[in-house]
Amino acid sequence: MSKTVELTIDGKKVAAKEGDNILKVARENNIYIPALCYLEGVSSLGGCRVCVVEIRGSPKVFASCVTPVAEGMEVITDSERLRRYRKWAIELLLAERPHVCSVCVANGNCELQQLATELGVDHLRVDRKWTNYELDLTHERFAYDPNRCILCTRCIRVCDEVEGVHAIDLMLRGKNSKVIFDLDDKWGFAESCTSCGKCSAVCPVGALYVKGKPLSEVKKKELVSFVMSRRSEKTIG
Amino acid sequence: MPDGVQQTGLKTDRRLTLLEAAIKKHQYRKDALLEILHIAQELYGYLDKDLLTHISKLLRLPPSHVYGVATFYNLFKLKKPGAHVVTVCMGTACYVKGAEEIVSAIERDFNVKRGGTTPDGKLSLFVTRCIGACAMAPNTIVDGETIGKATPDEVLKKIRAVVGVEKVEAR
Ligand code: SF4
Ligand code: SF4
Ligand code: FES
Repeated sequence: MSKTVELTIDGKKVAAKEGDNILKVARENNIYIPALCYLEGVSSLGGCRVCVVEIRGSPKVFASCVTPVAEGMEVITDSERLRRYRKWAIELLLAERPHVCSVCVANGNCELQQLATELGVDHLRVDRKWTNYELDLTHERFAYDPNRCILCTRCIRVCDEVEGVHAIDLMLRGKNSKVIFDLDDKWGFAESCTSCGKCSAVCPVGALYVKGKPLSEVKKKELVSFVMSRRSEKTIG
Repeated sequence: MPDGVQQTGLKTDRRLTLLEAAIKKHQYRKDALLEILHIAQELYGYLDKDLLTHISKLLRLPPSHVYGVATFYNLFKLKKPGAHVVTVCMGTACYVKGAEEIVSAIERDFNVKRGGTTPDGKLSLFVTRCIGACAMAPNTIVDGETIGKATPDEVLKKIRAVVGVEKVEAR
C-alpha cells in the first residue's frame, strides 16, 4: 500500500494516494479543473497548461496534471489570474492552426471548443496561422486532418501505452511539429497501425476521426470507456 | 543481423556492413539511436526512408519514433543533397551584416528554396546558425570553402563558377 497524504483543494480536505497528480485527485473528489492534454490512464504530458492551479505559499502556478500531491498542500483551482492564463493557453492553441469550427467534424463535440466557450474566448488577441496540411483520407476507416491538431499527443500516448504499438509520433519541432504515422507515411500505408481506433477515440478535437460518422453519434467519451473496457477484457481474457 | 529482421530496399554494400557493425558495437541498444543516426548520415550523406526503416528494425524501435528523432535535429538531412552545397550562416552577426540578402539572391538566381535542392539536383541551399566566424560576417560556405565578408554578387559568381564545372560525385 502506498502512503496516503492529506491536502486541501479549494478549502476542501481530501485524502490522496502519494504520487498521484493534483488533477486526478481533484477529479476523484468532484472538483473541476479544466484540462486538455491530460488523459486518464496514460502518462501526463503537461503541455497545454490549461490545468494550471495555484499552491499557497508559492508565487508560481503549477500544471496540476504533472504536479504530485503533497502533505498539507493547499491548492487553489480558480482565481482571476488562473482564468486569465487558461484563456491565453486556449487562444494560442486556436491561433496555431486554422480552427474554423463551422466546417469541422468535431463542431459541438470538441474539447477545445468547449473550453473556449467556458473561458469566454470570443476573439483572438494574436494573429492566426493558416496552415495548409493535406488531409489524409487513405485509411479505410479513419481520417486525419493535421490542420485541426493541437499537438496534445494524446493519440501518441494511447497508441504507445495502451495499444502498445507506437505507430504515431511527432516530427520536426516547435511550430513545425506534426503528428505522423510511421515515417510520415499516409495512414492507410502505415504498417505498424493495427486500426484499433484508440487514437481517434481520444483526440479532443477534429484531427483524428472515424470516417463518415458525425462525432455527435460517436460520442467520444463513451468510445473512450469502450476502448478502456476492451483493454481490461483483453488483459483478463 | 538478428533473426527475424527483414531486409529493406537497402543495397548490401560496404556502407551497410559498417553501419550494421556500428549497431552491433552498440549492442542493438535503443538509446544508441542518436549515435547510430550520426554514423548512418556520415556513411550515406543523408537519411532516406529505407535507411531509417532498417535502423528502426535493427534497434527494434517504432519507425515513427526514429523519424521523430531524425527530424527533430536540423543536422540530419532527410533528402539527398545536391551535387554542390551552399550554406549561408544566419547567426546574429551574419544576419545583421546582410546574410538574408545573400540567401534571397541565391534563391532568386538559382530557383531554389532554403533547405531545398534545385530540380536538376545540382545545388542545395542550406542556412545555418552561427558557424563561429563572426569577424568575417556575413559568411557563406560553398562546397566547404568559406567566403567571408561576402556580397551577394561575389557569392553568386562563386556559385556559378562551381556549379558550371561539373564534377563526378563519389556517391
Ligand atoms: S488506430 Fe490504433 S494502432 Fe493505429 S495509430 Fe491509432 S491507436 Fe495506433
Ligand atoms: S491528432 Fe488529436 S490526439 Fe493527436 S496530438 Fe493532434 S489533437 Fe492530440
Ligand atoms: S492538462 Fe495539464 S498541461 Fe494539459
